[in-house]
Amino acid sequence: MAEPTTRALRTDTMVLSMGPQHPSTHGVLRLELKTDGEVVQDAIPHIGYLHRNFEKHAENLTYPQIIPYTDRMDYIAAMNNELGFVLAVEELLARGPRPVEVPEKAEYIRVIVCELNRIASHLLAFGAYGLDIGAFTPFLYAFRDRETILELFEELSGARLLYNYIRVGGVARDFPGGFHHKLRSFLGYFGPQIDVYNTLLSNNKIFLERTAGIGVLGVDECIQNGWTGPNIRGAGLAWDLRKEEPYSIYDRFDFAIPVGKNGDCWDRYMVRMDEMRESVKIATQALDQMEERGLLEDENFTAKVRGTLRPPAGEIYMRTETPRGDLGYYIHSDGSDRPSRVKVRSPCFTALSALRKMSRGLLIADVVAIIGSIDIVMGEIDR
Amino acid sequence: MTAEEIHGRLRERFGDDVVTGLVLTDESDPKSPVIYDPPQSMVDAPAIAEVAMFCRDEDALRLDSLMCLSALDRGSNLSVVYNLHSMTHRHVAALRVDVPRAAAVVPSVERAWKTANWHEREAHDLMGIAFSGHSDLRPLILPEGWEGYPLRKDYEVQEYYRGMKVPY
Repeated sequence: MAEPTTRALRTDTMVLSMGPQHPSTHGVLRLELKTDGEVVQDAIPHIGYLHRNFEKHAENLTYPQIIPYTDRMDYIAAMNNELGFVLAVEELLARGPRPVEVPEKAEYIRVIVCELNRIASHLLAFGAYGLDIGAFTPFLYAFRDRETILELFEELSGARLLYNYIRVGGVARDFPGGFHHKLRSFLGYFGPQIDVYNTLLSNNKIFLERTAGIGVLGVDECIQNGWTGPNIRGAGLAWDLRKEEPYSIYDRFDFAIPVGKNGDCWDRYMVRMDEMRESVKIATQALDQMEERGLLEDENFTAKVRGTLRPPAGEIYMRTETPRGDLGYYIHSDGSDRPSRVKVRSPCFTALSALRKMSRGLLIADVVAIIGSIDIVMGEIDR
Repeated sequence: MTAEEIHGRLRERFGDDVVTGLVLTDESDPKSPVIYDPPQSMVDAPAIAEVAMFCRDEDALRLDSLMCLSALDRGSNLSVVYNLHSMTHRHVAALRVDVPRAAAVVPSVERAWKTANWHEREAHDLMGIAFSGHSDLRPLILPEGWEGYPLRKDYEVQEYYRGMKVPY
């Protein structure tokens, strides 16, 4: 599809406003497209439609009160958002007089829910990408399986999307009775299911035509533009914070980092498909290790956190690997119970910032393919 | 390299006047433990663009990725903190510039790291720091014509925005 139109065909430039209410912009994103026929000459993203200034809110809330707000940034992978914030606060507390010791059991539960959430998030990316390209069926398959994960999360935390589950010192609740059986049966079922998705969409000829060789961004450009997560791995760089700077207990599991080769839309898409397999591996190993230790029944699911949390004065930058890339929290504490400043480094924000450069000279339909392939969530971009 | 070594290398190249201190602990409490992670190399504001290019291109440093650019309100000063990372050497560092509140101008580091373009636009929107030499400082997150800088501590929301009542 990316056949550039010949110069002789050029006519007038037209400005086309794509969004903010548009099915292919994955939320309230507006693109100001300057087009010549079908050829995009410029694509200027306009963001901010969902802006509610999370960072200002955070300055007026105590540390535990901020956790539900982090859910509402990347609402597709809320568990991963919570974990990053909680780890940053725990890291700050660790340098003060009253560190919080997270029990092993909580660490295992955190890893399991984060990996499940990663699968749920990638399923949405997969399903919605099919829709963008014009394939409806994969979406139904993806949402059927995502539903199982959401039901598990509902049983665990009471909410389907915005959990407020990971807390400073541990998690909010223990696994309910029989939960690990349900978990085990889902993981057993889901592993082979990825092959079904691949037959459905990944190697479909039309899908390949629309995505292979489109929206190429090489490793150096990716680094320059601050790309992380599946987007940079799609370009071939094995960069994954779970391996690079293992946080929580990620160093106890054996998993691979799937990478692409060309850095095109298909590679970025395929990295997510392969990553779901790795997430299943991690969650299964975590469950195995928990069961070997009798589900750690003598341990509590949270540390005893007494009184108000007052991290020592200082500044810290903590980043974790969410389904969309490196999510960083910059916290400036002044020693009180509320942070003086919280800055969020959003992986989608940096991914979207390169869209303008990538879109020039492509067709409008290719811009849709690129937006789907970088898997953005506007709640996190606008904050 | 550790943050201390990187700081030393920067000092060696630019001198003590440009790269001043290394912030490890909170000023208000000198006895407090090291809780600035990564420690911040203080850089004189006008030199930041040059220091940024050096950080990116020097073989021993190769801080090729700008992870995060944060603007902070510290009362009389505003500051910008640059969290850097090297994909080559896999080490991290942080630079920091402080500018007076009344004249908050910091040279743009967009030439060193393209990703700074949007980060600086965001910091300009929300904290009111002007990045000189930036290619396009239009509002990014706030709507056109919004008054004030919401993340400053003394911010007060405007009463009307284009005829619409703002506080509710």
